[in-house]
Formats: sequence, structure tokens, C-alpha cells
Amino acid sequence: MKYVALVYYQESTINDMTEQAWHDLNQECLGCVEKLTEGGHYLAGQALQPVESATTLRVRDGEVQLSDGPFAETREQLAGFYLLDARDLNEALQLASHIPPARLGSIEVRPVRELPPKDEENR
Amino acid sequence: MDLEQLYQQHSRQVLATLIRLTGEFELAEECLQEAFAAALAQWPSEGTPGNPVAWLVRTGHHKAIDHIRRQQTARRHSELLTPEVEGPSDQGTAIYQDDLLRLIFTCCHPALGREAQLALTLREVCGLTTEQVARALLQKPATLAQRIVRAKRKVREARIPYEVPDQRELPTRLPPVLQVIYLMFNEGYSATEGARVVDVSLAAEAIRLGAMMSRLLPRPEVYGLLALLLLHDARWAAREDGEGNLVTLEEQDRSLWDQGQIEQGRHWLMQALAHPDPGPYTLQAAIAASHADAKDPASTDWAEIAALYGLLYQKWPTPVVALNRAVAIAMRDGPAHGLALLDQLAADKVLQSYHLFHAARADLYRRCGDRDRARLAYQQALTLVRQEPERRFLQRRLEELSSS
Repeated sequence: MKYVALVYYQESTINDMTEQAWHDLNQECLGCVEKLTEGGHYLAGQALQPVESATTLRVRDGEVQLSDGPFAETREQLAGFYLLDARDLNEALQLASHIPPARLGSIEVRPVRELPPKDEENR
Repeated sequence: MDLEQLYQQHSRQVLATLIRLTGEFELAEECLQEAFAAALAQWPSEGTPGNPVAWLVRTGHHKAIDHIRRQQTARRHSELLTPEVEGPSDQGTAIYQDDLLRLIFTCCHPALGREAQLALTLREVCGLTTEQVARALLQKPATLAQRIVRAKRKVREARIPYEVPDQRELPTRLPPVLQVIYLMFNEGYSATEGARVVDVSLAAEAIRLGAMMSRLLPRPEVYGLLALLLLHDARWAAREDGEGNLVTLEEQDRSLWDQGQIEQGRHWLMQALAHPDPGPYTLQAAIAASHADAKDPASTDWAEIAALYGLLYQKWPTPVVALNRAVAIAMRDGPAHGLALLDQLAADKVLQSYHLFHAARADLYRRCGDRDRARLAYQQALTLVRQEPERRFLQRRLEELSSS
């Protein structure tokens, strides 16, 4: 069985963190990925840029509608995800517009955030 | 040419090119300022270079490279280390003009909210300061600054490309740009009350931008928009009386209309109409031109205007267009016909809370001689109106009804 673990937090909590605390959290995440990989459980994962970099896409009557932000209807539930490799936002949106449920609900397109390199002393 | 003049005419061009070369809004802005500072220091003694814009781009670009070196992130930006030696030459201006379009299309990217698009366009493309934009849009400078910072961050983080959309994308990418220009014009045209300190004219900025777009991206709907703005703006002096009261089109002193600007508007309208299948801005410009053709209200060609609203409604079936179409038909066929059409629209939620819908009904009842219904409709409009000059206008109409 494969499972998706979706990560949620209040961005304000992160924004209030000191640089050191944020750094430590990232390092902890790297360690977690390492452990899961060793155990053979880690398939893929990706951190995301803050929610304000999100664009929401819908296709209605064959027309692509874009809006700034993550404003999915609260009655919509997360149904899956695609990890896309695109040159820039335009290409990402163009690819996302072909995801069939774009016609029914909405697709939030958000850039991934590369985790920083692992600290030397932790090795 | 003095430097201030040069800044006004070319700083946006230099900025647009520096954003392409550096890939960053903030860095490009900083280097733009530094390039002009360098010009201020050097040109008086060394003389003005033959191609000042090329000099400014080159200097700004070198400053950017210095900045990046200092930040020691040169490895990530290695492409910057081969500075572009060529400046904009007379032959090679196309790529630099494209930079301005790149800037416009980036600021008006549909992944940014409408308010962010407007603020960013005023700041980056029109070159207004954040304070000027805030005053013009009647917002707090801090709120506006935050909106601009956020928009730039999204451009960077989501990687909105700095490019002019290709032919395939243009049909979906041009409308938001035209909407931003149209919105800018309307903000400037209507936000007079409480905004006496405004030191920039958004309407003038919108016209400037429309003219620039017509030059850089010659398309019928771009011409149509420019024509519409010019024709509307030509009536500016006549739309308020000495006390700041609103004067309706019917009551305006037509000798105050700016005939030179009407001529310009007509010129662009003709360019737009030379192409088949006119878009919504072109049709609205045609309506404005038809009003401009009438020497006095009685000689208005309402048949033509009603037909144009009919075409517009086919393109753009919004309740407000339906309302305007009904009013034009009322002027052509008599108020009773118009009222029948408005009754059909009365179920629309948007129109129910739109003061001009009730004001239109009131006016038609007044023309029919049905004073009671007219009074009720004016009162309804008064509960919904937000802008002070419009409120005073409706109040005046209501009082005239009671006193006559």
C-alpha cells in the first residue's frame, strides 16, 4: 500500500521562528528523509514555497481561469497530487490545465522549495 | 537633453532591460538609480554620450554585476559575468521595446490578483513612487508597499517568466493587460472625491500606457481601448460643474469637450474598425464616438447607439451592458419600451444592488410622468450609491421631482 503524508502548518508559526530554529527544522527534515529512505519507505517528497506563491487554476467550459493564491473552496477536499517538472509558471499552468479534475474542482500550483544542503557537522 | 527629462522618458525602458539582464526587480531598480546617479556625476564634465539609453543600460548592468559579486553569489549568476556590450542601437531597438512589453506582461500576469497587477503596473511600468500609487488609489502607503513587495516575491518564487507571450498565448494574455489599463483609467476618472491631494492623473497614465501599447503591440483591440480612453477623457472638463456636482451627458456643455482629443480618439477608432469582428473596447469606443458626433443631445443617433450596445451585449453579456442597452432603446423607442426591458432585468442580483439600475428606472418613470414610481426608484438608488457627487446628483433629481 502507498500512502501520501500531507504536511500542514500555520505559516505564521514559521515566520515567527528565529533563523536558527528554521535552520534546525530543515536539518531535522533532511534527517527524517534519510531515515525513511534507509527503511525503504521514502518514495518522493518535496517542501513547498509559501502559500502566497500559489496560483489556483480551474477549467470551466474549456476555458482556463486563474486566480492568485490558494483559495480552494472549503467544501473541496484534497484528491491527489502531481509533481510536475516545468520551465516556469507558464508551462506549469499549461500542464496543469490538462489535469482532468481541473474541470470539476481546482488545482493549486505551487513551486517547490529546495531544502538547504545538509550541515557538515551532522554527518 | 537634461537628465530629469531623460529619466521621465527612458527610465522605464532602462528598467525593463535591466530586469531582463539581472532577472530581478529589486536589483534592477537599485541599479537604475545608480546608473542615473553616475550620469549625473559624469555627464556634465565628460559630455552626454551619443546613445544615452545604451550608456544607462550598460552602466546599470555593470552595477548589477558588482552587486552580485559583492554578494558572492556570482556562481549562481554566472551568465551575468559576460556583460552585454551592445546597447540599444538605432537598428536594434526591437529587443529593447520587447523589454517594455515583457515588463507589462509580467506586471499583468494572470497569476497575480487584479489589485496587485494594477499596483505593480503603476509602480514599475508608469514609474510612480509607492506613495503616489497609494494616494492615487486612496490606500495606505504601507498596505500598498506590502502588496507590491508580495507581488514581486510571487514573480520571483513562482517563477513567472519575463517574456512576451507568443501568438498562441496572446488571446488570453492581452485581455488582463487591457483590463488593467481600463481599470487604471476608471480609478482616475471616478476617484475625485476626497482625493484632492492626488498629484498624478491615473487617467493620463492610462492613456500614456494605451498609446505605448498601440505602438509596441499593434492590435485592433489595443487601438479600440486607446480610442475609448481618449473619447471619454475628452469629456472630462464638462462632467462636473463649478461646485463639483456631476453633470449628465445630456446636460453637459458640449463646447467644453476637447475636440483635439476627440479627433485622436476617432483616429484610433478607425484603425480598430479597419479589422473585422470588433471587440468590447472598440464597440464602447464607437458608442462614445457616436455621442461625440452629436452637436446637442437631441441629435444623438440613438438607433446607432442601441445597435452598438446590442453588438456589445453579444460579446460581453453582462447585466450592466444589458442595462445600458435598455436605456439606449428607451431613448430610441420611448421610455415605456425601456421600462419593459428593465423589468425583465429586475430579477438580476447584480443590478438589484446597482444604484444606476434604479437611477435609470427612476429617470424613465420621470420621462413617462409617473412621479410616484420615479420617486421610489430614486430613493432606492440613494440607499445604494457610494460616491458623494453621484449621491448629490440623485438627491437633486429627487428634489426636482417633488418641487415641479
